[in-house]
Amino acid sequence: MKILVTVKRVIDYHTTIRIKADGSGVETANVKMSMNPFDEIAVEEAVRLKEKGIATEVIAVAIGSAACQETLRTALAMGADSGILVETTTDVEPLIAAKIFQKIAEDIQPRLIILGKQAIDDDSNQTGQMLAGLLRWPQGTFISQLEITADTALVTREMDEGLETLSLKLPAVITTDLRLNEPRYLSLPNIVQAKKKPIRTLPLTELSIEKAPHCNVLQVTAPKARQAGIRVANVAELLQKLHEAQLL
Amino acid sequence: MTILLIAEHDGQQLKNATRHTLTAAEELVRCGATDGIDILVLGYQCQESATDAAQFSGVRRVLLADALPYQHALAENTAACIAALAKEYAYILAPADTFGKNLLPRVAALLDVGMVSDVIQVISRDTFVRPMYAGNALATVQITDAIKCLSIRSTAFRAAEAKTGSAPIEKITQVIANEQVEFIKRTVQTSERPELTSAKIIVAGGRGLKSRENFQRLEKIAEGLGAALGASRAAVDAGFAPNDYQVGQTGKMVAPELYIAIGISGAIQHLAGMKDSKVIVAINNDPDAPIFQVADYGLVADLFQVLPELELAIQHISLRPS
Repeated sequence: MKILVTVKRVIDYHTTIRIKADGSGVETANVKMSMNPFDEIAVEEAVRLKEKGIATEVIAVAIGSAACQETLRTALAMGADSGILVETTTDVEPLIAAKIFQKIAEDIQPRLIILGKQAIDDDSNQTGQMLAGLLRWPQGTFISQLEITADTALVTREMDEGLETLSLKLPAVITTDLRLNEPRYLSLPNIVQAKKKPIRTLPLTELSIEKAPHCNVLQVTAPKARQAGIRVANVAELLQKLHEAQLL
Repeated sequence: MTILLIAEHDGQQLKNATRHTLTAAEELVRCGATDGIDILVLGYQCQESATDAAQFSGVRRVLLADALPYQHALAENTAACIAALAKEYAYILAPADTFGKNLLPRVAALLDVGMVSDVIQVISRDTFVRPMYAGNALATVQITDAIKCLSIRSTAFRAAEAKTGSAPIEKITQVIANEQVEFIKRTVQTSERPELTSAKIIVAGGRGLKSRENFQRLEKIAEGLGAALGASRAAVDAGFAPNDYQVGQTGKMVAPELYIAIGISGAIQHLAGMKDSKVIVAINNDPDAPIFQVADYGLVADLFQVLPELELAIQHISLRPS
């Protein structure tokens, strides 16, 4: 069974972001970029399924500029077999991304598509669910456990109230939560080997997808910073202050 | 054109998140964007939830889709039902929690429209503010589609209270089911403590507590204060606390009157989930911990001296009536 896994290049999560002075967005030039952490978990899960003999082939797909080759190489070094870069220099919103992945899925016919539950740049948490909707496939979102049988994916979902277990008929779309697995570190031999694996580049313009935006970002601003308050010396003083503020 | 608000409910009544979403819907009505609010209650044997929904002021009518396929809020069934109803509506709103996040993007895709997640402010009938980058940037987003799908962040809108209404309840007879997904089970944590996302006080622990046993000492403190218990991702990853305690970018968004962070360093991913709290208390042994930059009251101290003192003091605290 083939697995399609999506990877997004985002500002590294250790990096403090800077908002452009003209309010047009967040500065990405000369900023450390890396694979969206939830997508790393997605790649790891796909590769583990291949190592267990459940998956036959893992294909990673990215949308973005040529720089996303680097993100795909990371996926290949983790163990994915090949990569597809849908190349575009414009920002792609979740619905368009889902339509792109739909086209790719119709082409390569995976039994399972694994996405990160959200990208840590726009935090939308939409693409996986939209893709499942477009394909009319079942969806397992925010999952922390996955078990694949011949025709089903048994998923444990992380919900606000606790955990939910669903059985999805394959083909299915799943999105990863943090506790699904711990992604491996890249070894040097694997990084070297990844350079030999194929990456196919596909200009977005060739996919005949309606790209008119549904959502226009008019402005990006910094939130009002919270001011630090006072230091207290001990528990007694803390509780006294909270009493005075009528909080306790 | 009307708002369709998708209710999250427990079979008896609306959940708090739905009441916050209702306030956002009322703001849309106030800015002239729409002529009213319909609430859709999907579920099985959930007539009481519909009755509860009908009592909220400002609700024009309640649609009740009561059928077995909607029992566990499986998105495959509920999204299809909502999409079938959506054509008559200008807005589809749902809470931005795991219920709404799972469901609403699928609805949007079925309708071929975009969606704005985590709306924290209504600017006009088509323009909204939402956080990105773990709350470190705020985007003003204009949505161009005729049907606007919005998920609403509860912490940004108060909970609707007024129950002076008596909206009619209309049954939706169309039932959409599929064979693609089967519900197996749900494991819900039960607790005497208040729910994390609606608690007035939250006591939250981090990795600084060093062990599960130490984390569990917070339970007594939380109980003494009538508080909910939260945790940082680090504490959840270390196995000190279950996942549904997690506050932050990828966990729950909270904004209580009082947030007491114990042994939490304050990574931006955690701050994203709690920095809208009215008052923040930080207790940490590292004076340089970033949590102190957002704390109204900071206490630099060894946690293992502080915990027994807190436990003792809280036994003597008489709760302020609320």
